Amino acid sequence: MRAAPTLAEGFPDLSQIQIAREIHWRRWLAAAAIVVVLAAIARAFAAGQIEWSYVSRFLTAKVILEGIVNTMVMAVLAMALGIILGVVVAIMRLSPNPVLKSVAAGYTWLFRGTPLILQLLLWFNLALVFPTIGIPGLWTARAVDVMTPFLAALLGLGINQGAYTSEVMRAGMLSVDAGQYEAAQAIGMGRLRALRRIILPQAMRVVIPPLGNEFIGMVKATSLASVIQYPEVLHNAENIYYANSRVIELLIVAGCWYLLVVSILTPLQMLLERRFARGTARINR
Amino acid sequence: MTKPLVAIRSVSKAFGEFQALKNVSIDVWPGEVLCLIGASGSGKTTLLRCINQLTMIDSGGIWLDGELLGVREEGGKLRRLTERQIARQRLKTGMVFQRFNLFPHKTALENITEGPVQVQGRSLDEVRAEAIELLRRVELTTKADSYPSQLSGGQQQRVAIARALAMKPMLMLFDEPTSALDPELVGEVLSVMKELAQSGMTMMVVTHELGFAREVADRVVYMDHGAILESGRAADVLGSPREARTQAFLAAVI
Repeated sequence: MRAAPTLAEGFPDLSQIQIAREIHWRRWLAAAAIVVVLAAIARAFAAGQIEWSYVSRFLTAKVILEGIVNTMVMAVLAMALGIILGVVVAIMRLSPNPVLKSVAAGYTWLFRGTPLILQLLLWFNLALVFPTIGIPGLWTARAVDVMTPFLAALLGLGINQGAYTSEVMRAGMLSVDAGQYEAAQAIGMGRLRALRRIILPQAMRVVIPPLGNEFIGMVKATSLASVIQYPEVLHNAENIYYANSRVIELLIVAGCWYLLVVSILTPLQMLLERRFARGTARINR
Repeated sequence: MTKPLVAIRSVSKAFGEFQALKNVSIDVWPGEVLCLIGASGSGKTTLLRCINQLTMIDSGGIWLDGELLGVREEGGKLRRLTERQIARQRLKTGMVFQRFNLFPHKTALENITEGPVQVQGRSLDEVRAEAIELLRRVELTTKADSYPSQLSGGQQQRVAIARALAMKPMLMLFDEPTSALDPELVGEVLSVMKELAQSGMTMMVVTHELGFAREVADRVVYMDHGAILESGRAADVLGSPREARTQAFLAAVI
């Protein structure tokens, strides 16, 4: 090898020449094909036996609006119950205490292992098992009066959700480095305080995307509560089409509302993610 | 006659089949800087972790400031303390970890104030003033509002030292505080530790920085296979070791 002060020849200077834009004709072709297929589907539906005037008329009908409000109320409350149960059960599952561990594992096994619709029906029909409920000597009531469709749906959806959420929370807590827990202990924190102040805030960052997923699932799962007479949007749409026989039109109305709600939730989730990303390198600039 | 701040007597610890500590006994005196050296797996870190009870010993006893750690004697038997009592005992020691373990979702200042405010229940205003003073001491005044991810390794470790000092411990434990640092950042952490040693803090330092040990340590302890093989003044142990295995270790490290 020679110690050459000059650069070797045969390698021209390309720094002034631009890289040409390519025409992706295959992508254009594929896009055109998809547009044609979508147009054909739209035309089929337009020509099909759907009275679109019914769709637009019922889209903002009072009963439907009440239904979507009930859907959202139930989704939010049941998810809140699910998250509370999920956090508690995840902490129990990760505790060194074998009794707490077994209780948590048993809960998850039971409520993940049976269909949601079956659990809803069981809660709703609890009066068949216990005609009266209460605290002996203090307060009693007939179970049919207490176990309204609202309460049965809330318990059924929330407790079932808790079983799934606990696994999401457990994954989030396990994703936090063990050194974080040791550092918290080293400054004198007990287990619960370390979880609340140090571990859970860091776990939140990891669990928000799957929890967003779970919440979207919950919005749609509330439709199962129609079988126990809870007046959510699908139940109300069904009641209308039992009367006027416009089945497809009202199902489309309900579908539009579900799509709208889920579309609004996605940007909300991104806001939350940003809130919990404090201190992570990907957000700091 | 002063009493040792830490008295370790016949302490053993096994992880499954692996005997990490074998019948270790040693005293650490108030104001003393003790450096623990030895090959990896020799038990230095385990000994440190036993003192602030991140690891529980199998047998023997550790006394800190005259108080038996982790257990109490009752009718000729030893009973484990509750988690709350152990947490209270930990307040007497400050721990600095090899991997810093700063809380990533809190700023440098919040990392320091977290313990005094949340655990000791002191007022945030008072603690914040002390935290700013501690940041000045580790020369990070301008980084109070930075998150750990915005700091270099050396800066993170200095915040970690300030976080431990904020609890006003009587003993500082350093577990290989410079091993995870880029070579050019080691000096800034060692100089903070040197300043701390000069201020009279009792320190136990697991380290591979023999230069630091020679300069700062009052005593150097060489550990080998879970036991203390040799201990004495830094100049003696590092300069003219008695044991063949100490000689071999020092020859390999230098």
